Formats: sequence, structure tokens, C-alpha cells
Amino acid sequence: MIVVVIVAGLLMGAGAIGALVRIIRGPSALDRIIASDVLVATAICAIGAEMAINRHTDTMPVLLGLALFGIVGSVSVARFLSARDDT
Amino acid sequence: MSGLEWGFDGIDLRDVITGVLVLVAALMCFAAGVGLLRFPDVLSRLHAATKPQILGVIAIVADVAVSNPSLVTITLAVAIIFFQSLTAPVSAHMVGRAAYRTGHFRRDILVADEFRGHD
Repeated sequence: MIVVVIVAGLLMGAGAIGALVRIIRGPSALDRIIASDVLVATAICAIGAEMAINRHTDTMPVLLGLALFGIVGSVSVARFLSARDDT
Repeated sequence: MSGLEWGFDGIDLRDVITGVLVLVAALMCFAAGVGLLRFPDVLSRLHAATKPQILGVIAIVADVAVSNPSLVTITLAVAIIFFQSLTAPVSAHMVGRAAYRTGHFRRDILVADEFRGHD
């Protein structure tokens, strides 16, 4: 199990670093909002993996909240960019 | 956790399922990070970004439900998968439309452009 924890931590950390690099470098705001969505999904996966490996369900409402409100940022940014571009 | 129900030969079956699903979700997160760094424009990065949002979240939430099988956990897991798979395509659709309207895509690598003249 410790091998699984190390490998999964390395893979998720590499994915989160890739999303962070895209947030910093991304040429447009849409690239940044996509990368922040990926960062939220990676956070969901990390919290859930910790729950599944340690066999508790204490942070299950955090996952529900992230799954419910993860849409707000990307939709608002997309609407703002489209509205500004149309005028 | 009785060994007779969940495993055999001293190997807990829940540990095996947990490890496999955690590795699937971690692989999806890694693929999304690589895709965000390597793909050329917003639309193809959007394609890479949806992998951990759906398959990774489904794997990890099913993993929590397998690891702690109770009624509350399974109900919350179904709710999380439902809301995530309801909201992720909507946000991806709106970001894709905004990317098309603001021109943040490479027209030379598009195979088909069914929006041309309709937007």
C-alpha cells in the first residue's frame, strides 16, 4: 500500500504542477480557468484518495461542495469573456 | 472487516480495489497535467482537462464507497458523481464557446468547423 501511496502522490503532484504552470504561463484567461478546474479536480482526487486509503469519511462533504460549486468560476469567466468580446 | 467476506489468502480485496482505483485517478490527474502543458490551444487543452473531472472523480468516489461501505457514504458518492457529471460538461461547453468566440484556437489544425458562419 505504501508503494501505491508514493506512486499516486508523485502522479497527482506532477499533474498539479502542470496545472499550476499552465495557470502562471497560460496565454489567455480561458487557459487559466481550465487549468484551475484541473487543479480543483486534482484536489478532489487527492482528498478522496486520502479518505479511501485511511478508511474514514470525514471530508466527504468537502468533496460534495467542490463538485457542486466547481462550475461557478469557469462559467462566470466564460460569460464575462464572451460578453466583453461581443460589445 | 472479516477476511472471509472481503478477501482470500491474507490479502484484503478492498485494499486491492482501493489501490487500483487510486492509481487510475492519479494517472488521470497526471495525464491532464501533461495535456495542459503540451497541447497547443484552448480547445485541445479542454479535451485534456475533462479526464480527471469525470473519470478521476468517479474512480476516487467509488473508491471511497468501496473502502467504507455504508448507506451514507454510498448516497454521498452517488450525489457527488451526479453533480460532477452534471456540471462539468456545462462548464466545458461554455468555456469552449467562449474560446471559439474570442478566437483562442488554431484554425489550421481544426478538422471540421461547423460553427463557421453560424456564430
